[in-house]
Amino acid sequence: MSFELFSNLVGAFFTLCIFSFLYKDNPFYQMAEQLLVGISLGYGLVLTYTRVFIPFMYQPLILKQQWMLIIPSIMGLFYLMRFNRKLSWLSRYPIAFSMMGVGASVPLSMHTFILVQMRQAMVPIETFNLFLIFIGTIAVLLYFFFSKAHTGVYGKFVDVGKWYMMIGFGASFGLTVMARISLLIGRIQFLVNDVFGAIK
Amino acid sequence: MKKTVPLLIVMIGGLIWVFWAFSPHKIIQDDFYYKFYLPWARAMAPFAALLGVISLSMMHTAKIRRKAPKWQYSFFFFAGFIVTALAGFIGGTQKGGLFMWMFENMQMPMSSTMFSLLAFYMASAAYKAFRARSAEATVLLVAAIVVMLAQVPLGVKISRHLPDISQWILDVPNLASKRGIALGVGLGSVATTLKILLGIERSYLGGGD
Repeated sequence: MSFELFSNLVGAFFTLCIFSFLYKDNPFYQMAEQLLVGISLGYGLVLTYTRVFIPFMYQPLILKQQWMLIIPSIMGLFYLMRFNRKLSWLSRYPIAFSMMGVGASVPLSMHTFILVQMRQAMVPIETFNLFLIFIGTIAVLLYFFFSKAHTGVYGKFVDVGKWYMMIGFGASFGLTVMARISLLIGRIQFLVNDVFGAIK
Repeated sequence: MKKTVPLLIVMIGGLIWVFWAFSPHKIIQDDFYYKFYLPWARAMAPFAALLGVISLSMMHTAKIRRKAPKWQYSFFFFAGFIVTALAGFIGGTQKGGLFMWMFENMQMPMSSTMFSLLAFYMASAAYKAFRARSAEATVLLVAAIVVMLAQVPLGVKISRHLPDISQWILDVPNLASKRGIALGVGLGSVATTLKILLGIERSYLGGGD
């Protein structure tokens, strides 16, 4: 048995372990699930060490002697104080430091989600499709405005937003299903061609 | 000291970040962002990852110690974690080593199979929605079926107009609904961020003193 076939057999075994959940929850699936979490965590830890800790902390601090980095290193250690009931308040400092970044999201969200979208929505209504887009955007926005009761003519107009959203969710659902099916096809191709094909 | 100083860090630092988005000045773009914030955030990041590792390991240790339901499977978690971590730290992360072999032949097949399982569950969810027999569920399913069929050769065989109808659904009603939702998300995001910056929203600091 070649090493490649052995590797494929290992992959096939774990693929079938996960697929076995389609029948019902069973020990093979449970084992594979926990193994997946463990391997993913180990993988993440090693990559964090080699790609973040070494180049951005160890090398600048120890080799280039940028002593200022002692402060964030100590602040980083404060994260671990969460496990100490008396000192857990210290972990608020690194959390606060990372929360500073939300300040940037005020102008950036306003630009991306509001100004750009409004600019694109307020183009001259030259075609019927542009009219439909304009009406749909307003109706969807009003659907989430709860300060006025959704009754009468206003309620009927707001209902239009609901139908637009149903079509939008349907489209997203369809695209997601197709993405999952392409993954499923990939797994079945792996089992049929790379494993069972090689065994024959 | 316990809550006020972290709150001040968020408020003052957050305002500097607001200026960062508007001002191209060297002090804010180079000195604040490249020389201060980025190196500090990168130096702190590994400890946050370590916190996650310790937290998950403690959870599984407690599960084994208490003999909680399905505690035996926690050993597989530790086996996967320890072997992968040792393979990476001792053998290195280059292709051809045990670390990458485990990624390619264990982690990758399992995670992609896990995601592909969702195809079955989404199909069953669609069936349940169809059984609900509401007009909204029917519209959702019809839109989904048209978009799905338009992506495969069978759809074109059924009707050569199907890809055009699918594209229209994506370009017109889908765009309008996503734009309306995006505007709502944007307004909500700005409001929440302002609450954090003004110190009204403090739940990220946790409970206690």
